[in-house]
Amino acid sequence: MKAPLSWIKEYVDLPAELGIEEITDRLTALGLKLEAIETSGAGIEGPLVVGQVLTQEPEPQKNGKVINWCTVDVGDANGTGEPQGIVCGAHNFKPGDKVVVILPGGVLPGNFQISARKTYGHMSAGMICSARELGLGEEADGIIVLPADAPAPGTDAREALGLGEEVIEFEINPDRAYALSMRGIARDAALGFDVPFHDPAQRDVPLANAEGYPVRIDDEAGCDYFVARTVTGFDPTAPTPEFIKKRLEQVGVRSISLGVDVTNYVMFELGHPIHAYDKAKLAGPIVVRRAHEGEKLTTLDDTVRELDPEDLVVCDDTGPIGMGGVMGGASTEISKTTTDVLIEVAHWDPRSMFRTGRRHKLTSEAGKRNERGVDPLLPPIAADRVVELLVEHGGGVAEPGVTEVGPGASLETRKPPTTITIPISLPTRIIGIELDDETVVKSLELIGARVKVEDGTLTATVPTYRPDLNDPYDLVEEVARIVGYDKVPSVLPRRATGGGLTRAQQLRRRIGRALAGAGLVEVVDFPFVGEADFDRLGLSADDVLRRTVKLANPLNSEEPGYATTLLPGLLKVAARNISRGQDGVSLFETATVAFPVDQAAPIYGVDRRPSAEEMEKLLAAIPRQPLHLAVVLAGERTRGGWWGAAETASWSDAIDVVRRLGAELGVPVEVASASRAPWHPGRCAVVSIDGVEFGHAGELHPNVCKAFGLPARSAAVEIDLDHLISKVPATAAGPVFSTMPVAKEDVALTVSVDVTVAAVEAALREGAGELLETVRLFDVYEGDQVGEGKKSLAFALRFRAPDRTLKAEETAAAREAAVAKAAELTGAVQR
Amino acid sequence: MSGPNTDYDPVEVTPLKAEEVEAARDAALKAIDAATSLEELKQTRLDHAGDRSPLALANREIGALPPAARKDAGQRVGKARGAVNQALAARQKVLEAEHEARMLVEETVDVTLPTDRVPAGGRHPLTTGAEYIADIFVAMGWEVAEGPLIEAEWLNFDALNLGPDHPARTMQDTFWTEPAENHVVLRTHTSPVQARTMLTREAPIYVVCPGRVFRTDEYDATHSPMFHQVEGLAIDEGISMANLKGTLDHFATQMFGEGIVTRFRPSYFPFTEPSAEVDLTCFVCRGAQVVDAGDGQMITCRTCKGEGWIEWGGCGIVNPRVLVACGVDPEKYSGFAFGMGIDRTLMFRTGLSDLRTLFEGDVRLTTAFGSEL
Repeated sequence: MKAPLSWIKEYVDLPAELGIEEITDRLTALGLKLEAIETSGAGIEGPLVVGQVLTQEPEPQKNGKVINWCTVDVGDANGTGEPQGIVCGAHNFKPGDKVVVILPGGVLPGNFQISARKTYGHMSAGMICSARELGLGEEADGIIVLPADAPAPGTDAREALGLGEEVIEFEINPDRAYALSMRGIARDAALGFDVPFHDPAQRDVPLANAEGYPVRIDDEAGCDYFVARTVTGFDPTAPTPEFIKKRLEQVGVRSISLGVDVTNYVMFELGHPIHAYDKAKLAGPIVVRRAHEGEKLTTLDDTVRELDPEDLVVCDDTGPIGMGGVMGGASTEISKTTTDVLIEVAHWDPRSMFRTGRRHKLTSEAGKRNERGVDPLLPPIAADRVVELLVEHGGGVAEPGVTEVGPGASLETRKPPTTITIPISLPTRIIGIELDDETVVKSLELIGARVKVEDGTLTATVPTYRPDLNDPYDLVEEVARIVGYDKVPSVLPRRATGGGLTRAQQLRRRIGRALAGAGLVEVVDFPFVGEADFDRLGLSADDVLRRTVKLANPLNSEEPGYATTLLPGLLKVAARNISRGQDGVSLFETATVAFPVDQAAPIYGVDRRPSAEEMEKLLAAIPRQPLHLAVVLAGERTRGGWWGAAETASWSDAIDVVRRLGAELGVPVEVASASRAPWHPGRCAVVSIDGVEFGHAGELHPNVCKAFGLPARSAAVEIDLDHLISKVPATAAGPVFSTMPVAKEDVALTVSVDVTVAAVEAALREGAGELLETVRLFDVYEGDQVGEGKKSLAFALRFRAPDRTLKAEETAAAREAAVAKAAELTGAVQR
Repeated sequence: MSGPNTDYDPVEVTPLKAEEVEAARDAALKAIDAATSLEELKQTRLDHAGDRSPLALANREIGALPPAARKDAGQRVGKARGAVNQALAARQKVLEAEHEARMLVEETVDVTLPTDRVPAGGRHPLTTGAEYIADIFVAMGWEVAEGPLIEAEWLNFDALNLGPDHPARTMQDTFWTEPAENHVVLRTHTSPVQARTMLTREAPIYVVCPGRVFRTDEYDATHSPMFHQVEGLAIDEGISMANLKGTLDHFATQMFGEGIVTRFRPSYFPFTEPSAEVDLTCFVCRGAQVVDAGDGQMITCRTCKGEGWIEWGGCGIVNPRVLVACGVDPEKYSGFAFGMGIDRTLMFRTGLSDLRTLFEGDVRLTTAFGSEL
């Protein structure tokens, strides 16, 4: 919201000594936040004067352009009194016109130095300026032509242009709709400095009568007040007065025609949107109703809109002629030939305005105010002000007929003003500043409330320009902002007695640290996925991971799903790092993934807490979102150097990540072979705890490495971290270990190649019995010496008794038993 | 060895003559002294203390002496041998020490050789940043609350006084899931965790909730469809804006250092009333509005554009409508809530200028921060 300071000052007696920064500081403290201060003409230096064009000779150029060689009277401003020769490319002027000239030595915004220079075969001494060149607007259809009554040639042009005017841009919060007007801003400025406010809405208006244009409201819930006034015999060619033009430009609105400009001007002045119809184009009485199914309307922006039965429309005998409160229709728009104007100022239901605006993706200055709520008493006042300006500047006659319909039109049927009752101690309690009753009452009276205090209870009748004030705490905020947020002291609340981080929160941190400690780098990535990602992973058509929670409005239509797996994103990140020159990356990401549940979440009321069953139903409809960990090991896992060659990441590194995490958390992880995309079918492990699978690890399928542009043999992990964390014992049992001497035995066993090490190891354990302390594979051999289809596994066994030194025979017996069990269960033959 | 010979004159046995023994001893000591390496000393030991050494041979002769002469000769030889052995041991020790010292010199390596066989890992600054923030509150006795990223519409909006037609819904452009009638959204803020907390816990409540949120913002240097917030909620008897200010001042100081505090400006959020924008003392100029250009000249601080303050987040007193929807008695309790962008806070703290750096996964970002912020 842009507001010229001079316009605000029309309605508030601000002390002359107040600087603009003091004013904006105070308004910011009151909730009207300063965004920027613009001073028109900033950046213009040197002689900027009024000039009068004496001669104008068009000269066609080789490049097809036509330039004007002009002589311009600039009075004595050039020091000689002689006409100034200037080349000008614009054509929207003629000899005799008064224009704005910057003379050599001057500077235009953007540090554009002006000097006399040779161009198009002439010595051009200065420049005739456009609004854009002066930094006054975006329009550059031509140069500025000043009105005929502009000061004499040679006069400084700054005043004529209104330069030096300060325009404040505010950021207005949606609850403070009143501040979308000079009236509202001036009002806060007045209360901020405790100076008199002159309400521009304070005016006598003619009473409603039966002679006005016929209007009927069929939907009073949507429109509770409709005022119509008529001006006839209006001159459609009358120019918009300069002050209106200038102010509209300052607030950022284009001047169109007197009729349109006046409605905009009054909207910025008072805050109420206004619509003007070409009365000659109206057919029959105006009716306000909801649109009918299938009805269409061409709006002012020349867009055909399919109306929704919820949209409020203004109709005549031809059907809808406007979307009430949001945008007018093209068929009744005022034009260059309009002589009779019908003014509409109506009070609309904010919710309907909001919905219609959203439905048709329409944002307009009118809609913005109507959907946030405007002062319901303004319609007759705003209408009268428009009539006044139209008659004053466009001639014509104000018709005596005054239409006022709807419950808002009379005191008896009008919605009574809002009253709010609070304990007078509430502001003190909530703000945390000791406030006496007088301060509270005064603050509320400053915003225009009528206040009554009785037995510690305060009742405020809220002024109509503040439809945002409805709740007790709304009054607290008003008191707080007037007393000043800067007065709120800094007091820590009493010490809370929380139990610290939960176990799961601690474990998540621990997992992150363990992974980082193992040389893995954490990344954060977006959770959006698409079919192409799943294809690249090589997932089958019916893979459960393809069933995503779908976004209705994804940023990228290729990625409409919420991740069911972190791998596509992480693989892309790995490839990005490799392409940026890393020889290898070891990455991890922890994030939730989502699986749809296909249930609708209810929408409950907000007047009470939902019951336990209702909560259960609500929570059951939210997609299941387990926390996943994904790891990618691509390229070099260890670097090469003086110690030897680099090692490339492999399937075993991936599985080791999971095993180590298990060890870190005290959870034994079981590893078994599996076949699951996107992993290499022969190099994929499923990991489980107590027989419950919680993820996979291993080498990626070669096609996946290719598809993502990753080095061959890249490896990956994806596990359900919530499951792992849930299996972490609450307390770890202290270990019992023997300090007796250890007895070491090695065994070499030949087994079929398809027998897993885990199976042989399990058999050895089972056979060796309790004396076995550890068993560890230390060599694998396949080749001629063991024969086709066989492999040799060498295990180191360590035996120890809790209470004695083991005798050689005991160790040997345990070893034999282990080998025998391995033979029995896995067909192992001792070498 | 010979048996006792009574006819034997001890003085006549040459090796046992005092001068012979002394000579042998002196020769031995001289050789020991001359040994310069453990190898030489080993040879010296063989020559002068070994089985075939003069003193050993002399010792053998003692048994053949008449008993009367044995004591004298035995003492003489024994003393000499003792002196030799002692010298050997001493020399051994010296040479071993010298050897060891030499070995250590020879084993010297260039300790500036690279040692990074396994490249360093690291945790993402958003993770450690969120933990840093959480710990500030945990130290005050607060707890860390959590909620899902895909959330029920009712919890994300309605329960927080953002009704279906609330204008504020247009302030936050929401990712909706299909079908729309399922009323499930990607949470647009961490505030639904407030609602969840009030719905599942009894007052007093002091929780902080760092987490990920989504809005349909185009991705550029300062906007991202995914970003991070930290939400705080305190519900207790007698909670006021002063408590909110106290808490945020403490947070600011813990996060950015002594002298960094907050400033409130009136604002609007549907879930709080009164509401405030929170500004932070500019952590670069520390509120001075100007900084040293490096040459002693003071120039306008670029970080806060000379205001001395930077925008940090939003806060306010929990709107009683929210308390009611979440089952907290507004007559008995009041509360405050606040929300800040973690990404933004992190950028402040670390001087990162492009938000996208946080989300593109370049390992150089993470490793620059090590494992902790």
